[in-house]
Amino acid sequence: MASASSAFAPQAYLQAQTRWRAVELAFWLSCLLPFVLFPNYLVLASQIAITALFALSLDLILGYAGIVSLGHAAFFGLGAYSAGLLAKHGWGEPLSGLVLGAVVAALVGYVSSFVIARFRHLTLIMITLGFGLLLHELANKAHWLTGGADGLQGVRMWPLLGAFMFDLWGFTAYAYALIVLFAVFLVTRRLTNSPFGLSLRGIRENPVRMPAIGAPSVAHIRKIYTLSAAIAGIAGALLAQTTETVSLETLSFQRSADVLVILVLGGAGRLYGGFVGAIIFMVARDRFSGLTPQYWYFGIGVLLVAVVMFLPNGILGGLARLAAAWRGKAT
Amino acid sequence: MLGPFVGVLFDGFAYGMLLFLLSVGLSVTLGMMNFVNLAHCAFAMLGGYVTVTLMRDFQWPFFATLPLAFLSAAATAVVFERALYRRLYRASELDQVLLTIGIAFISVAVAAYLYGTVQQPVELPSYLRGSWTLLGVNFGIYRVFLVVTALVIALVLGLMLEFTRFGGTIRAAVDNQRMARGLGIDVDRSFAVTFALGSGLAGLGGALAIEIVGLDPAFAFHYLVYVLIVVSVGGLGSIGGSFAAASLIGFSDVAGKYYVPELGAFLIYLVMLALLMWRPAGLFGKR
Repeated sequence: MASASSAFAPQAYLQAQTRWRAVELAFWLSCLLPFVLFPNYLVLASQIAITALFALSLDLILGYAGIVSLGHAAFFGLGAYSAGLLAKHGWGEPLSGLVLGAVVAALVGYVSSFVIARFRHLTLIMITLGFGLLLHELANKAHWLTGGADGLQGVRMWPLLGAFMFDLWGFTAYAYALIVLFAVFLVTRRLTNSPFGLSLRGIRENPVRMPAIGAPSVAHIRKIYTLSAAIAGIAGALLAQTTETVSLETLSFQRSADVLVILVLGGAGRLYGGFVGAIIFMVARDRFSGLTPQYWYFGIGVLLVAVVMFLPNGILGGLARLAAAWRGKAT
Repeated sequence: MLGPFVGVLFDGFAYGMLLFLLSVGLSVTLGMMNFVNLAHCAFAMLGGYVTVTLMRDFQWPFFATLPLAFLSAAATAVVFERALYRRLYRASELDQVLLTIGIAFISVAVAAYLYGTVQQPVELPSYLRGSWTLLGVNFGIYRVFLVVTALVIALVLGLMLEFTRFGGTIRAAVDNQRMARGLGIDVDRSFAVTFALGSGLAGLGGALAIEIVGLDPAFAFHYLVYVLIVVSVGGLGSIGGSFAAASLIGFSDVAGKYYVPELGAFLIYLVMLALLMWRPAGLFGKR
């Protein structure tokens, strides 16, 4: 079997993992379709791309390293406020704002990773939750800096690369978000298929045993947490730049819970899980936006219960199982 | 100077006792099964709405509604435990978090559908209103009642855990679930009973909380944070720990809001993070 031979040739196994599949190419090409088919929905498409990027960042720590975080919006919000504040105070160049968002989120992520790497289980959940709530409260109280509950107003972006204005129809916004998403995806794809990515999966399965075979769990968790924070920061910065405003909601528990729902719905531990989840979640929310929020959350609740009970690995996990069953029947 | 401080101390303690009632059940069930039940406050909210409905629509006296708040929350909890939770005891904590967040979402939506998003008022009996003045300090009668109730419940729970056979099985299961099973203790059954008892206490806490903090559909999430703080700071499976942590958190919250209102809820989160980093297993936790 494949697993037996791969045990003897780890490099061959990793190389087989990195090969691009037809489905992946089809997926990325279909991301261009909105430009042609749904030109009126490009704003929504850019929001989906940003949400997918945020879900990807959570996937790195949750799906790969097994760190359950209920406060991941903290880094999203940090990125958003950094980029927003930079643009508000006279430097509206988008790419440098993106870098600033990533750097600020990564710095905070790096510092907090020392705490994160020490804990597991309920304590970890509580610390991430508490950290998220703390930042939310801080931004709420720092009215002079963030605008508090009114949100950050007066963000003015310069044209992207000096040539492409952010237009009302979201053409530039979607192209920009999609390119950033693809670039970050390439990095994470390379990373998760590297020996480092493999050892992360090992940590998810057993954080105590990994150091025994020479993979320092704590150091690895610190690295991936910092990286994940940086990506979440980029996603937040993208949202701030494309919407030209930052609301307190970017830091809220609701956003942390939503991204968790998105990732789990799509399938955690698979790079595309967050993408599938983001598309379904955001399109559904757009369709049902006329509904009162309580019905929307009723649906989310039922969905969560159903996913946990019947689809333990999300939609992609279910599809993979179907495909495996079909292949088993064919041979 | 001292008068207001004693007043704040007392109000904080009363608030802490409320948190104790809301969180003690979660602490024990978490300690037994390591089941992360984020829907705990949804059961508390149920108790609150039962009291509101019985008082408003059926003109029941306040005290008569309290046992029903307890029973309805406990009965609903048993149904959920048997139907859903039971399947996930050995699942990952992520699955447990997701399932119970889902149930909490549903409860919020149902409460908003049935009662709207406005605060539900309760009309307290006249003998629970007003306050006593002792040495220049005001003691709200309702808060005194709350403190006494919580102390009695804590005492009964403590005695039950320490001196009854049922308490013994719970302590065994919290200390080492597998060993307890090996000794022939039906951990699943005692867990179901504990779960019902804990959720019932949460329902009672929800009913008693209306006068102090109000009741609206956001209750299930807003107070979940406080309850989780109490549980994780107090340590899992420890009634004494929950009691101490609830008093501490209740006092810091009230004192923080009284003396440094511009900090808001900031202080409480800071206290929690500091305590968790200092003692990851909680103040009284063993693991």
